[in-house]
Amino acid sequence: MGYEKRIDGRGFKETRPIEAKVGVIEKADGSAYFKIGKTWAYAAVYGPRELLPKSMQNPKTGILRVNYNMLPFSGVGERVRPGPSRRSREISMVSEAALLPVLDLEAYPNTVVDVFIELPQTDAGSRAAGICAASMALADAGLEMKDLVGAIAVGKVDDKIVVDLQYEEEAYKEGEVADIPIAMIPSTGEITLLQMDGPIKREELIEAIKIAKDVIKDIVEIQRKAIKDKYKGMIQ
Amino acid sequence: MREIAKIIKNNLRIDGRKLLEYRNIEYKQGVIETAEGSAWVRAGNMEVLAGVKISIMEPYPDTPDEGALMVDTQLLPLSNPHFTGGPPDNATIEVARVIDRGLREGEAVDRKKLVIKEGEKVWAVSIDVIPLNYDGNLIDIGGIAAMLALMNTRLPELIDGKINYKKLTDKRLPIKHIPIPITVYKINGNYFVDPTDEEERVAEVRLTVTVLENGKICALQKGGYGTLTMKDIEEITAIAIEKSKELREKIFKSIGGE
Repeated sequence: MGYEKRIDGRGFKETRPIEAKVGVIEKADGSAYFKIGKTWAYAAVYGPRELLPKSMQNPKTGILRVNYNMLPFSGVGERVRPGPSRRSREISMVSEAALLPVLDLEAYPNTVVDVFIELPQTDAGSRAAGICAASMALADAGLEMKDLVGAIAVGKVDDKIVVDLQYEEEAYKEGEVADIPIAMIPSTGEITLLQMDGPIKREELIEAIKIAKDVIKDIVEIQRKAIKDKYKGMIQ
Repeated sequence: MREIAKIIKNNLRIDGRKLLEYRNIEYKQGVIETAEGSAWVRAGNMEVLAGVKISIMEPYPDTPDEGALMVDTQLLPLSNPHFTGGPPDNATIEVARVIDRGLREGEAVDRKKLVIKEGEKVWAVSIDVIPLNYDGNLIDIGGIAAMLALMNTRLPELIDGKINYKKLTDKRLPIKHIPIPITVYKINGNYFVDPTDEEERVAEVRLTVTVLENGKICALQKGGYGTLTMKDIEEITAIAIEKSKELREKIFKSIGGE
């Protein structure tokens, strides 16, 4: 048997439709949203600003602080209780690690760059979407960056390697499912986030990551275009 | 700090081990009488207790036909001068969740067999993994301790739907697989496993690869602020599969694991 046709009819290596926009939160220093299918992530950057309490300050460098949060009505199931959960705290931390390698905050000692990722609606792939939005928001904030960071979830549903799993695929019952969120710096090929839930053979894992690399290159082009679009009309 | 990196570059460890060599692991099951299952594991100066407590709960709405399994950990100030107590920080939560993910995705326990009455009552298995002496590599050593504790667990007696903790039955947990987490650390392009506390602090990046009996990988977690290349992932997964075989042979074979 196997997984013959995707639930929404997409190709196995095809993402859901993507929409990206920069400059969506008025008061933020940088902001963006990134939609992929029904998953929708907003990100806002505040800073570099003074890190308080002072005892947390680092005189050698600024720090990056990422907070990932699902809005109460953003999940398919029950209401998501407000405030940090074990899951959201872990995602905040791995998202921070996914973004930090492209930043150089040494020019901003004693400061913090706060990134707030908020998800109004989710259908799987939310940490990847959050990282995509955050990366664009950091660029929009005018921070010097080595490159953008792109992210996507790839995986295996039954016998097929697939790109951008949606919730119903994560919950597929007829066969094994592996879900692999990945973030990457496209110019160097460095992987900055890698997690996996579910069983997979080593060779399949390597194949899935190679596919993710190509997809991320395309995603970063979409991110880049969204950033350019914001500033297009401004230079006269 | 730089010293450790230098030593590792020369294929050596402070304690004389090779880069891909685990510390000698000792273990004992059934060490806590108040727990329904338990294990003690020692690797060098890392000493971990894992205890299982069983309770009854209503199943989660999205899985009415499954029992529950959860892992928690605490870094006691008793165990290391770097720990200050208080609520767990994100790094501590990550460790618990990575161990949890390995056991869950690797189906260590067949949760479908933990149902007492579908949609109403299921067994809940809580595993607390707590180092008494903290000296690095809690994910792997704690993951092994958690698995040993699960294999040691007996379900308590049920009287009119309530647990009688005073009497354990002969019924064991439905163990399905034995997932083993292997965390490979990287510093200056060198890979090493089973770090001590000091080594763990200087590593740039790590990848935890949880491996099943058949060599399949059931969970991954990149940790730390460094990055990984494709080559890193290929090498690290190969190392992990190899090391998991070795630990499986050493620890789990003799106690009825495959």
